[in-house]
Amino acid sequence: MTAQPEASQAPDLLYSEAEEDLRAAVRSLLADRADAPAVIARTESDTPYDPQLWKALATDIGAAGLLVPEKLGGQGASHREAAVVIEELGRSVAAAPYLTSSVVATETLLALGAQDGPAAELLTELATGRRVAVLAVPFAAAPGSAAPGSVAAAEAAAVSGSLEGALGPIADAAAADVLLVPTADGLYAVAADAAGVTLEPLVALDLTRPLAAVTLAGATGTLLADAGTARAAVERGLLAGAGLLASEQLGLAEWCLTETVRHTRERHQFNRPIGSFQSLKHRMAQLWLEIVSARAAARNAADALATGSPDTPLAVAVAQAYCSKVAVHAAEECVQLHGGIGMTWEHPAHLYLKRAKADATAYGTAGRHRETVAALMELPAP
Amino acid sequence: MTAPDAAGLRRRTRDLLAAHPPATTDRTDFLRARFDAGLAWVHYPAGLGGLDAPRSLQTVVDAELAAAGAPDNDPRRIGIGLGMAAPTVLGFGTDEQKQRFLRPLWVGEEVWCQLFSEPGAGSDLAALGTRAVRDGEDWVVDGQKVWTSSAHVARWAILIARTDPDVPKHRGISYFICDMTDPGVEVRPLRQITGEAEFNEVFLTGVRIPDSRRLGPVGEGWKVAQTTLMNERVSIGGSRIPREGGMIGPVSRTWRERPGLRTHDLHQRLLTLWVEAEVARLAGERLRQQLVAGQPGPEGSGMKLAFARLNQEISGLEVELLGDEGLLYSDWTMRRPDLVDFTGRDAGYRYLRSKGNSIEGGTSEVLLNIVAERVLGLPAEPRNDKDVAWKDLSR
Ligand SMILES: Cc1cc2nc3c(=O)[nH]c(=O)nc-3n(C[C@H](O)[C@H](O)[C@H](O)COP(=O)(O)OP(=O)(O)OC[C@H]3O[C@@H](n4cnc5c(N)ncnc54)[C@H](O)[C@@H]3O)c2cc1C
Repeated sequence: MTAQPEASQAPDLLYSEAEEDLRAAVRSLLADRADAPAVIARTESDTPYDPQLWKALATDIGAAGLLVPEKLGGQGASHREAAVVIEELGRSVAAAPYLTSSVVATETLLALGAQDGPAAELLTELATGRRVAVLAVPFAAAPGSAAPGSVAAAEAAAVSGSLEGALGPIADAAAADVLLVPTADGLYAVAADAAGVTLEPLVALDLTRPLAAVTLAGATGTLLADAGTARAAVERGLLAGAGLLASEQLGLAEWCLTETVRHTRERHQFNRPIGSFQSLKHRMAQLWLEIVSARAAARNAADALATGSPDTPLAVAVAQAYCSKVAVHAAEECVQLHGGIGMTWEHPAHLYLKRAKADATAYGTAGRHRETVAALMELPAP
Repeated sequence: MTAPDAAGLRRRTRDLLAAHPPATTDRTDFLRARFDAGLAWVHYPAGLGGLDAPRSLQTVVDAELAAAGAPDNDPRRIGIGLGMAAPTVLGFGTDEQKQRFLRPLWVGEEVWCQLFSEPGAGSDLAALGTRAVRDGEDWVVDGQKVWTSSAHVARWAILIARTDPDVPKHRGISYFICDMTDPGVEVRPLRQITGEAEFNEVFLTGVRIPDSRRLGPVGEGWKVAQTTLMNERVSIGGSRIPREGGMIGPVSRTWRERPGLRTHDLHQRLLTLWVEAEVARLAGERLRQQLVAGQPGPEGSGMKLAFARLNQEISGLEVELLGDEGLLYSDWTMRRPDLVDFTGRDAGYRYLRSKGNSIEGGTSEVLLNIVAERVLGLPAEPRNDKDVAWKDLSR
């Protein structure tokens, strides 16, 4: 018989009751404040983020502090709970800097290991949702790519405490109070409104996750950690971001399938509901199968991050290599099976397609993550 | 008696092991004792190999037995009996039938096969034409079945036959247990794509089946068959497989050990399939955890679809990866194996045999229909066969 992993080592791929309760709270909040017309209206306004929605999510529900220990003012929960929040945010495509601030920036700061001082203070504020921070690393950066000499680290050079550099595109920078800037000599916290900091909004493919270019021209920041510690912390932040992005992709794909099923049951052509045509049924059944699989992959990544499993890099790479494709496939099918309606601006399908396609690049493409699988599993290229 | 909990089952298992030490007990004797102790399938009723315990607790028993090196009942060899015949006998059988059939079935002393498909009735199983005509205490059965796996080693068969051709097809079917050693049962090997004959044609000519071997009421065989078919589809996904435990294992090993075979195109395809195989494994694990937690989801029907496609793609890749060797085949000799063994043979065999994964036990197309209609709630296709007597259907 083959050796089997001990029951205690097997990842828990289900949702706990507490997680389901959290899901219900987030879902009902989003239904109230971020239904599709509201999300579309928001994308066309000057204020891409709804401050009341953020306050309710971050503070009232307490979602912002899920990853932060209680002694720093957080909930002391884990990536499993955060993943559930992100799943629901994916289902609604509401603009909220959750993944970027409450996961990636928070995880980066946590990885510095500070119990007091500026990093710990900032964590406490992020946990309450009163402040928002983003890691000033391009949104497309994959875990493993933030090594010295690449992306942010070299470009924002610290010259006697004053930072110089141009960075972008940075996700959710427009919502940020604080930018976490990795440089060759360490990680700096820079106030977004500090002198010498320019945030220039970019026109993004994904309307619901605003991007900005950041220019630092003699901006001063607070040094949070030295280069070595910072590098590992950024890596950890990106790993958590990539791992939990899979849950966003899962929620997004589920919405697309549910809406497509609903639409094709109601829409009649040729004197039948179009959902009774087998060629369509099979496509939706295939999506369902992919989503069932994506759920297992996303839960596995969240559980690995939560338990600190040595399997985490592989679990995250597998989830990203798989879930990106599923989300894009679901969103593309959603547009196609809605016909003309699916191409309109009023129908929310386009928001999901744009989010799905942007997510497929965020924190590394599927191909990039397959390379990680190849390295970890010793399946090298020729 | 109240159903035992995990501790109770652990104690009973240890008692069984103490009374029948695996090292010194004959395999069949041990399995019989295990059945009689109610530790065969703990969710079955007491007296029938179980203890009315929650199904999830079987893992407790299995873990204890595995740790003690106890023999198992070779579930792969008796898959049809375990996965399909047993739940149907339990659900619809008389007390005599349950007493007679379940123990030798579970112990593996009697192998079962499934006489469902016919040349004219595969996906549209309810169209079957094998006739069963009442004659005193017996039924007389005439017809032809096909693609019957294991018919050559089976003692018993579950059989569906038409008992009333004058009503719509789903209503005129009855369900029987057929003795494969009876006169009039003729099994002919049906050689298949791999060169061997794992399945058969079965000709039934004037076979007399006593009415006491009917399962469920006359004319309600379709309902009984639904139980069988549902169990057939759910029976996958119950066991835990390690990473690279499926067909991706041999390919990955070849990739690591033989750098000379690597190409960029194969690398991309291998990595994509590796990820998909790992995700399918996790989805199977999630399904298992749902079952254990008592929240079975509809995912079961999906797993067969996923594994069928993966097996086919991975084995296809493996043949190409092997280059010159992939041009060869181990052996075309006509054989009649007891069971299908995917891993024991070469890549060419795996490639060819896995083509059956999307046909056997319901084709992938039919399973996609089931997912679409039963899981997603999409409307059924319009039908023109529901209210027509079977004898008036076009064939
Ligand atoms: C290896 C193997 C072992 C088997 N063992 C057994 C056994 O032990 N006992 C037994 O009874 N049977 C057995 N079978 C038979 C198996 O159950 C049938 O082959 C299967 O149900 C399909 O029926 P068919 O072969 O008549 O194909 P058909 O029903 O003729 O199908 C042909 C093609 O049409 C498609 N099709 C049919 N209907 C639809 C529809 N409504 N919508 C979309 N597409 C459709 C099918 O998916 C398939 O692609 C076995 C088959 C194989 C390959």
